[in-house]
Amino acid sequence: MHADEKLTYETWPAEPEKSTLEAKNKFLGFWFFLGGETVLFASLFATYLALKDKVPDSSHHLAKDIFELPLTFVATMLLLTSSLTSVYAMYHMKNFNAKKMNLWLILTLILGAAFLVLEIYEFNHYVHEYHHTFTSSAFGSAFYTLVGFHGGHVAFGLLWITTLIVRNAKRGLDLYNAPKFYVASLYWHFIDVVWVFIFTVVYLMGMVG
Amino acid sequence: MSTYAQKKGFGATLWDYLTTVDHKKIAILYLIAGGFFFVVGGLEAVFIRIQLAVPNNDFVSAGLFNEIITMHGTTMIFLAAMPLVFAFMNAVMPLQIGARDVAFPFVNALGFWLFFFGGVFLNLSWFFDGAPDAGWTSYASLAMASKGHGVDFYVLGLQISGIGTLIGGINFLVTIINMRAPGMTYMRMPLFTWSTFVTSALILFAFPPLTVGLVLMMFDRMFGSNFFETTMGGNTVIWEHLFWIFGHPEVYILVLPAFGIFSEIFAMFSRKRLFGYSSMVFATVLIGFLGFMVWAHHMFTTGLGPVANAIFAVATMAIGVPTGIKIFNWLLTMWGGSVKFTTPMHYAVAFIPSFVAGGVTGVMLASAAADYQYHDTYFVVAHFHYVIVGGVVFAVLAGTHLYWPKMFGTMLNDTLGKITFWLFFIGFHMTFFIQHFLGLWGMPRRVFTYLPGQGFETSNLISSLGAVFMSLGVLVLLYNIIATSVKNERVGNDPWGDGRTLEWAIPSPPPFYNFKQLPLVRGLDAYWLEKMEGKKGMTPAEPLGDIHMPNASFLPFVMAFGLFVAAFGALFNMDDKAWSVPVIIIGLLITFGAMFLRSVKDDHGFHIHKEELMEDDNEKGVKA
Repeated sequence: MHADEKLTYETWPAEPEKSTLEAKNKFLGFWFFLGGETVLFASLFATYLALKDKVPDSSHHLAKDIFELPLTFVATMLLLTSSLTSVYAMYHMKNFNAKKMNLWLILTLILGAAFLVLEIYEFNHYVHEYHHTFTSSAFGSAFYTLVGFHGGHVAFGLLWITTLIVRNAKRGLDLYNAPKFYVASLYWHFIDVVWVFIFTVVYLMGMVG
Repeated sequence: MSTYAQKKGFGATLWDYLTTVDHKKIAILYLIAGGFFFVVGGLEAVFIRIQLAVPNNDFVSAGLFNEIITMHGTTMIFLAAMPLVFAFMNAVMPLQIGARDVAFPFVNALGFWLFFFGGVFLNLSWFFDGAPDAGWTSYASLAMASKGHGVDFYVLGLQISGIGTLIGGINFLVTIINMRAPGMTYMRMPLFTWSTFVTSALILFAFPPLTVGLVLMMFDRMFGSNFFETTMGGNTVIWEHLFWIFGHPEVYILVLPAFGIFSEIFAMFSRKRLFGYSSMVFATVLIGFLGFMVWAHHMFTTGLGPVANAIFAVATMAIGVPTGIKIFNWLLTMWGGSVKFTTPMHYAVAFIPSFVAGGVTGVMLASAAADYQYHDTYFVVAHFHYVIVGGVVFAVLAGTHLYWPKMFGTMLNDTLGKITFWLFFIGFHMTFFIQHFLGLWGMPRRVFTYLPGQGFETSNLISSLGAVFMSLGVLVLLYNIIATSVKNERVGNDPWGDGRTLEWAIPSPPPFYNFKQLPLVRGLDAYWLEKMEGKKGMTPAEPLGDIHMPNASFLPFVMAFGLFVAAFGALFNMDDKAWSVPVIIIGLLITFGAMFLRSVKDDHGFHIHKEELMEDDNEKGVKA
């Protein structure tokens, strides 16, 4: 199959994300990229664990003083749900239904954006309430770098998926853009998984002390 | 449309190379850029040896000496050895597996330009107030205290070129998995392809820790964070870990392709199948795996404790086993073969004792208790130059002679090649052998001078004289390149006459689509197999048909250039310059803008039609 073929619901392949050589390459290459990203976040996690609660003096707040469960729980639910909606989007992509795919993707974007708003509120809260900033201590630097790297990934994902939706709004699905949607959703799952670890390692373990 | 003998002006050729996505042209770019940085790093080495030739020398000041040793190490590892290895991977690997290009030609070009701009950025430090001076390892405790912008150039330059290497690694992995010709199973892949494969996996998992380390240092130096600021709760050992989790696999990233090149050479010029092919593959994979388990042997004296030291000592020694397997396989490949001593074979034969010497000192250094004596002495300097020069540089020089005809269509002069070899070989051992003893006698590394009467004079002078021989060797090579390029005698498909693998079954240099029809691979050493059965070339695996090729693009250049601009903004951010943040934003806008363009603009590539391919054939027929 070629990427520029015109397809119908009947001729649409079962795995449109892997049905041309270019698509196969993109699919596999993106998995490898996520492998590299895993090591990247692992390094950031290791750094965070080494510097957790490492502050210059006792006037600084520690992890157990600043984290609050309700806020991060809502954020977690938002992001987990956005992963689910992106699965529905891919379901419709595989059924050659561009309209429904876009709807679910837009829902994913809204949930992702809400997560990001909560995160910005959270950071702002820490800065003003606890003077816990990027430059206040090694703990602060490590916290904002790890969680901020994740937030940056979410922001990039939002821009990416928005670009994909806008670019392909008028022309529907074909074998050239189907893999693009698919790897974007893979990426979205990945940042969701990273968040599960952040929620556990940073927030839950942080609150226990 | 003929692909041969097109006369182009300088401007058109330049534009062609700025926008190319062809793996063969990108290989040439890597070779030129890597060769340039090799000469720069070599000059720095010569300055080091001039300074140390006699005691109390004042050829360079102490501060400048620190900058020179830092730049020598950084340049040689990141900007010379890596890209030169990448040059051969790009030039040869896709041909060896019977592919028309790599999986992501666009990403391939982007990887090159990122490396190039990173390297240029790093070297521009010489023209702003001073180069980095905290050693190539740039330990945080030293680097954070470094005045001026040197270390900032290091951090940002390596970050940019590191991203390029990472995406290059992903590209090669996918190429090897998805784009092998019919019949090219994993256990029929040439050893150089295998080592490219394993190396790429190492790159994928080793570079992210470096990325993180560099980000942390960038944040600390330019944006006020406290990762390495002990008074604020920071910890400088984090840098050591992140750097060496990258740094040790990096050693194997360099040396595995070298092993691959030598495996090809031994089989070719012994005119015999590589001895123990499957054990070679096994050893390559095992070395790649163990390469991640040993990083803390660089940190024995950091104080991780006896348990950690013991574990890492044992793991380090274990690497000697698969490496030993390889050494014996190479020896047994020559055994009973009809050995032809060409220039590449000279390097291959010289590589074995040189590299084994480096391996022996490696096992010595692996004993943690003894390492407290060797640490930070010239013994360590001698050790890693034996493995890196005796392994990687020998392989790069051998590969240059071996693959030159495939890349450029003309042979390098063999006699001049042998002169290069002997000058380089003698110079290398003269420079570095004596340094083992200098280290054992107590000369510390990274000192800018020493006093008379300490017993270091004669040995240092000998070492410096060796550097002269190596320099002469490189000059002869450069002369050889110019002389043979001017003469430009064209060669056929298999100029060595002993080619075993697919790259020797197609013209030198190959047409831009590599294979008119994908070849059918019937076993290990596919081309040799056909030759032994009296056939002229490979049996095609498909009928002649249209070939799909990627479009050239200027965007990779623009993306890399944007990061280059942004890096200048980040660098001057610590000086509170008003323009620094806008420059960062402009640079990132250039990069992300180019990425956006790439994303929204469809790029389906183009097709070469069957008729054009047949015309090519006819034209060649007329010329012949």
